[in-house]
Amino acid sequence: MSTRDLFTFSNRHFTIGVGITAAILVVTAIAGFVVLPFAQPWVRFANVWDAICSAAGVAQRAANVTTPDQPKRLSEVVLTSRTLSRPSQEAIGRGATLAQRCAICHGPTGISRADSPNLAGQYAAVIYKELHDFRSGARANAVMSPFAVNLTDEEIADLSNYYAYLPRLPAYHPTPQLPKPNIVIYGAPMRGIAPCGSCHGSLDNKTGSPWLEGQSEAYMKAQLQAFASSERRNDISQQMRNIARAMTSQEIEAAAAYYASQPPDIVKAVD
Amino acid sequence: MLVNRKLILAHFWLAFAVFGIALTLGAWQMFIRSPIGTWLSNPELYYRSLTAHGTVMGYVFPTLVAMGFGYAISESALEQRLIGVRWAWTGFWLIVIGSVMAVIPIALGRASVLYTFYPPLIGNLFYYLGVVLVVVGSWIWVALMSINLRVWRKAHPGAAVPLAMFANVAGSYLWAWTAVGAALELLLQIIPVAAGLKNTIDAGLARVFFSWTLHAIVYFWLMPTYIAYYTIVPRAIGGRVYSDTMARISFILFLVVAMPIGMHHTFADPQVGAGFKFIHSAFTALVALPTLLTVFTICASVEIAARLRGGRGLFGWIGALPWDNPMMLALAFSFIMLGFGGAGGLINMSYQLDASIHNTQWITGHFHLIFGGAIVIMYFAIAYDLWPHLTGRELIDIRLIRTQLWLWFIGMIVTTFPWHWVGILGMPRRMAYFDFGDPAIAPQALSVTFSAIGGFVLLASGIMFIVILARGMRAPQIDAGAYRFALAVHQPTTVPVALNTHALWVALMIALTITNYGYPILNLATTAGTSVPAVYVGAQ
Ligand code: HEM
Ligand SMILES: [Cu+2]
Repeated sequence: MSTRDLFTFSNRHFTIGVGITAAILVVTAIAGFVVLPFAQPWVRFANVWDAICSAAGVAQRAANVTTPDQPKRLSEVVLTSRTLSRPSQEAIGRGATLAQRCAICHGPTGISRADSPNLAGQYAAVIYKELHDFRSGARANAVMSPFAVNLTDEEIADLSNYYAYLPRLPAYHPTPQLPKPNIVIYGAPMRGIAPCGSCHGSLDNKTGSPWLEGQSEAYMKAQLQAFASSERRNDISQQMRNIARAMTSQEIEAAAAYYASQPPDIVKAVD
Repeated sequence: MLVNRKLILAHFWLAFAVFGIALTLGAWQMFIRSPIGTWLSNPELYYRSLTAHGTVMGYVFPTLVAMGFGYAISESALEQRLIGVRWAWTGFWLIVIGSVMAVIPIALGRASVLYTFYPPLIGNLFYYLGVVLVVVGSWIWVALMSINLRVWRKAHPGAAVPLAMFANVAGSYLWAWTAVGAALELLLQIIPVAAGLKNTIDAGLARVFFSWTLHAIVYFWLMPTYIAYYTIVPRAIGGRVYSDTMARISFILFLVVAMPIGMHHTFADPQVGAGFKFIHSAFTALVALPTLLTVFTICASVEIAARLRGGRGLFGWIGALPWDNPMMLALAFSFIMLGFGGAGGLINMSYQLDASIHNTQWITGHFHLIFGGAIVIMYFAIAYDLWPHLTGRELIDIRLIRTQLWLWFIGMIVTTFPWHWVGILGMPRRMAYFDFGDPAIAPQALSVTFSAIGGFVLLASGIMFIVILARGMRAPQIDAGAYRFALAVHQPTTVPVALNTHALWVALMIALTITNYGYPILNLATTAGTSVPAVYVGAQ
């Protein structure tokens, strides 16, 4: 017998094999696409075709679902691989000039004396994102927002490159280094909290997350509380809000105090 | 007639070498996230290790065993020198190069994406290219198996293809087709992003492609084990295969129903329609059929051996079995683990029950029991059985072999039973760290400790296995004779064409893939707005 004789209905194996397979397919398809959809009393279908489409996974417009209000804007920053790459000396120079107006709070060398963030040596993507968010209103601050509204895209990029270019200097009031609290080392996996360092630089850096070493304790505590209460909401996909909400107030304090006590030069050289 | 012994030995040695490394990583993973280990504080290292362990154990190790065993079957069952030896070596070297290429980025922390690729996570391009090379290398083997059988058929028109070769080629076709899913995922979706040509990826579609591979790959891993059940064990314990026809039917059933069921891996995925999930779930139930047939046939074959040895009574014959024969031990252990694993599998395959164990440690417990236990213990048995024929030397440490098999069995039970249990309690899988000081999971600390101890027992057994084989390379020379496979009670002379060729069943396999995957893939591929930004591992 050759393969030609194999694929004919006079071959018993062919008939039985194909027949049983097709029968099972048809029966399961009827069950899966017609019977079971209608067996769910809590879902209504216009007709059989509607049920079949739903079971097949056709994307359908959900009926009368009201989208929740978005009272505040979300972050709209787009960063491509070219946005901040290889800044020219000129761009950094332009950034330095623009940075004169930031110096009153963030310090002439990018080190703040006023519980504002230290910007010297911060990741460029971080400064870029925050300035954009201040400008768009995704993040609001009485002092920063007015500065940001008038910046152009290019100015924001120049400022980011300038601050990223500055050396990471010690904080203005260095305190003795504290030991790592558990929340920083391990996070709290059972509450969905990853170790801080898995985004904030010491283990790995996820784009848009700042390194935190030597930042002001009061500032970091305030930001964690603002995330936890959803007062601040420019973190994409609620990455930081989900974490801050799950943290206890002691953990917030411990994390802020720990990071404030660290010298910035221990940030892993990942950039 | 084993002529190309070097080729076969090279496959086995490479397989067992990478297995040894991955096993060590596995034991370490289990230890480091258990209460007896000190947490590393860098989860990234855990995921590096996990990616290496999964990639080796899932792709490299079983593929090499199937290939080496396949070449051995082709030469000895067909009694025909392997055709395409150069190509076979090419395939081997592709796997070597691919493995090295994949492992370097993993070790550097540039590809901690786990062996399921986890899009939209994207790792270093070379990791994926390495995996592709491994698959391409194995496809050469598929082609060679097919060609060798074809040449044999020409020389023996109308003759019954020996069962071992029939099954071996069925396994190779299954692999060729099931690997297409992951290949499409890699080539169309992941590699363009990893190469920087795109920066978004349709993660839902990618998962559907992967599910195309993920179930039938399990049956590809299983093939050498089932071939050993049918064609090695009965011979080694002095029995006969109860039914050659039943064996053939089991293997063709694997071809037909292993493919169109992979969406049971996407039960929790919103992008797949519930109707398709139901069809896949129903077909999954069918895949128990060839396994039940196999368990029946093998038990009957074993009973034949026992009765030939003078065993009597309804169950009295069990005592007459050659329990000191490593092959008998391996089979018994394998069946016990298959039984427990299969029972657990019933829970995974049902849409509703699966929800309670989805993504928990139950899943890892389950596949270690089936794959690491029932399947791998037969890989050991295959190696022990073939070794004298490959090396021309005797394996003298029969006691040590028995101890090794016992340890693997005990270790696997001690590791996986508590592993299942903590899964039922809700412990998630693929987590690098557990805070057992937290009252919510403190009660699981004891179970995880047992698993970790079991892991070290397994490691010890694995080392013994490699030592036994290595010592076998230096043992006194013997004439092992020709390598033979088990005969059936009624040894077939002619077989109906449908049970002697694969065409009909391969056609059904492809047809069912189209009916069960065609629409979901087309639907996802043509729906706009389903891509998400890629997340690059280790990127700034
Ligand atoms: C010493 C023995 C072994 C131990 C202790 C061990 C341990 C582990 C652990 C802890 C995981 C990670 C589970 C998770 O976090 O979700 C894992 C994953 C895995 N293991 Fe093993 N393993 C062992 C042997 C094996 C064997 C023999 C195989 C199969 C040949 C195997 C195949 C796999 C696969 C495919 C994965 C999945 C990787 C992933 O989830 O990405 N393992 N193993
Ligand atoms: Cu599966």
